[in-house]
Amino acid sequence: MTDAVAERPDVTPEQEGPVDDLGVLRRWVTIYLPLLVFVFILLFPFYWMGITTFKSNAELYNYSEHNPFWVSSPTLDNIKRLLFETDYPQWLLTTMLVAVASTCLALFASVFAAYAIQRLRFRGSDYLGVSIYLAYLVPPSILFIPLAIMVFRFGLFDTRLALILTYPTFLIPFCTWLLIGYFKSIPYELEECALVDGASRLQILWRITLPLAVPGLISAGIFAFTLSWNEFIYALAFIQSDELKTVPVAVLTELVEGDVYHWGSLMAGALLGSVPVALFYSFFVDYYVSSLTGAVKE
Amino acid sequence: MATTAQTQPASLPLPNQSRLARVLDHKPTLIVLCLLPALGLLLVFLSFPLLFGIYLAFTDTRLGRPGEFIGLENYRSLFADRTFWTAVWWTCFYTVFATVLKFGLGLWLALLLNHRLPMKSLLRAIILVPWIVPTVLSAIAFWWIYDPQFSIISYVLVDVLGWRDTYINFLGDPWNARWSLIAANVWRGIPFVAICLLAGLQTIPPSLYEAAMLDGATPWQRFWRITMPMLMPILAIVLAFSVIFTFTDFQLIYAITRGGPANSTHLMATLAFQRAVNGAQLGEGSAIAVAMIPFLICATFVAYFALARRKWQQGGSDD
Repeated sequence: MTDAVAERPDVTPEQEGPVDDLGVLRRWVTIYLPLLVFVFILLFPFYWMGITTFKSNAELYNYSEHNPFWVSSPTLDNIKRLLFETDYPQWLLTTMLVAVASTCLALFASVFAAYAIQRLRFRGSDYLGVSIYLAYLVPPSILFIPLAIMVFRFGLFDTRLALILTYPTFLIPFCTWLLIGYFKSIPYELEECALVDGASRLQILWRITLPLAVPGLISAGIFAFTLSWNEFIYALAFIQSDELKTVPVAVLTELVEGDVYHWGSLMAGALLGSVPVALFYSFFVDYYVSSLTGAVKE
Repeated sequence: MATTAQTQPASLPLPNQSRLARVLDHKPTLIVLCLLPALGLLLVFLSFPLLFGIYLAFTDTRLGRPGEFIGLENYRSLFADRTFWTAVWWTCFYTVFATVLKFGLGLWLALLLNHRLPMKSLLRAIILVPWIVPTVLSAIAFWWIYDPQFSIISYVLVDVLGWRDTYINFLGDPWNARWSLIAANVWRGIPFVAICLLAGLQTIPPSLYEAAMLDGATPWQRFWRITMPMLMPILAIVLAFSVIFTFTDFQLIYAITRGGPANSTHLMATLAFQRAVNGAQLGEGSAIAVAMIPFLICATFVAYFALARRKWQQGGSDD
């Protein structure tokens, strides 16, 4: 899909006429310059995060003697403090564990649900598909209070299991919808052949439909992983112990001590928390984009 | 890939299937079993809490004490509560301005990206980065950028350009804090809007533009008569999504201002959290959260009808 997109001929008028100096200049002013400004603004906070991470305190709070846009004597003190004097590695591990477990759970549930809705078909299956999708529009910020009470009654308060079980509520609607779209694109004749040959429905799902839907599974998995890595309000409300917190919550609640903000460590915490998900994303950009746009387009 | 899939069924074991296999091949049973994990999780952790939350809004539940049904008492006290009304007003203001800016700038970015550009896929990948980085973590970066003493924006305006005499008190003054929060929200929302709209732009057949150009349409006319109408269905859905998630935003406010200064930047979600968790008034917190629902229902209907209209368009037209 993305290749086709890149090859698509341009339809803007700038390129119709002969390319003279004026045309080039106009192209720079109307396209490249605004794009550069957009990219600069979108990336600047990350540059600022990164540069603050490697600054010493002396440099951080003295703009008159040091150029704030650059580090003259980079230091790893902030990262060292984060890794060895706080529970940061533990928080990273918890976040990773929760994100992976809830993604797997959501994918498992979504594959079967999407298969039932798209392939087994029954009366009202289309409506069920739409209502599962609409569940994605129920935001966590109106659910967290009753969920907190339920989690407490179930005896799950302050456990990782509370997060692993609640995250799929916003992952399943999205994954199911995406997988329905993928299953739709797989020719039904393949399944009919297998049915005629005497394969059972589950064998068909396992040996034919799933292998063909692998790109869809990867897209859904990546999207679910980044969503759970990003989650904040449930982790803030359901977890109390320091060592069980996820990175976003812990950076905000544990690294801020009273009124003294250690900006160096805070930025280091934000940077290290963003890197895993950014790396993960960079390997699968195309899948990610197709799932993002697919969810809206389908 | 297709060939392997076609040869496989021949190797499947056909005779003497076990009883379990036969039960699993019974279609209604299989449907129920397949739907069970997803529907089970959604009913227990989504539908039930939604109803339970609505019930809680009419009780005086506190932390650690089950409440009693008190009817509309929570809403009666909220209606007399200035902080609540400030939160409602600011939530609407925040949603409207953030959404308008996000869509204006996002559409512009999408149109720019729709040109023939070098390194286009790299560019698109970079642009999505603000959206995939956890909101709270980028919000902390904004918190630091908005620092009263060491803000880099103030530094550039005062010391480099000399346009101002004093550093800006970004988060200490209610209106500065509000616009700063809107800016941070717009910053994070632009990539999502731009990439979704770009996908929409790329589905518009170039032949339409060619025909319009032959007929002598100006760029402005091509934009309003072709691009916008063709983009409408996807725009409506992205808009509904964006409005819902901006209206119920929590992370950004909680990370940057926590509702301050003097409760002036509390969204309904952060106010609900403050009353329910910090103030232990679970009933009152739920009442505030439930007050968001009517608005969300309206937005969902818009999304649903946009979807329905799109289906109708696809079914009705010949291409």
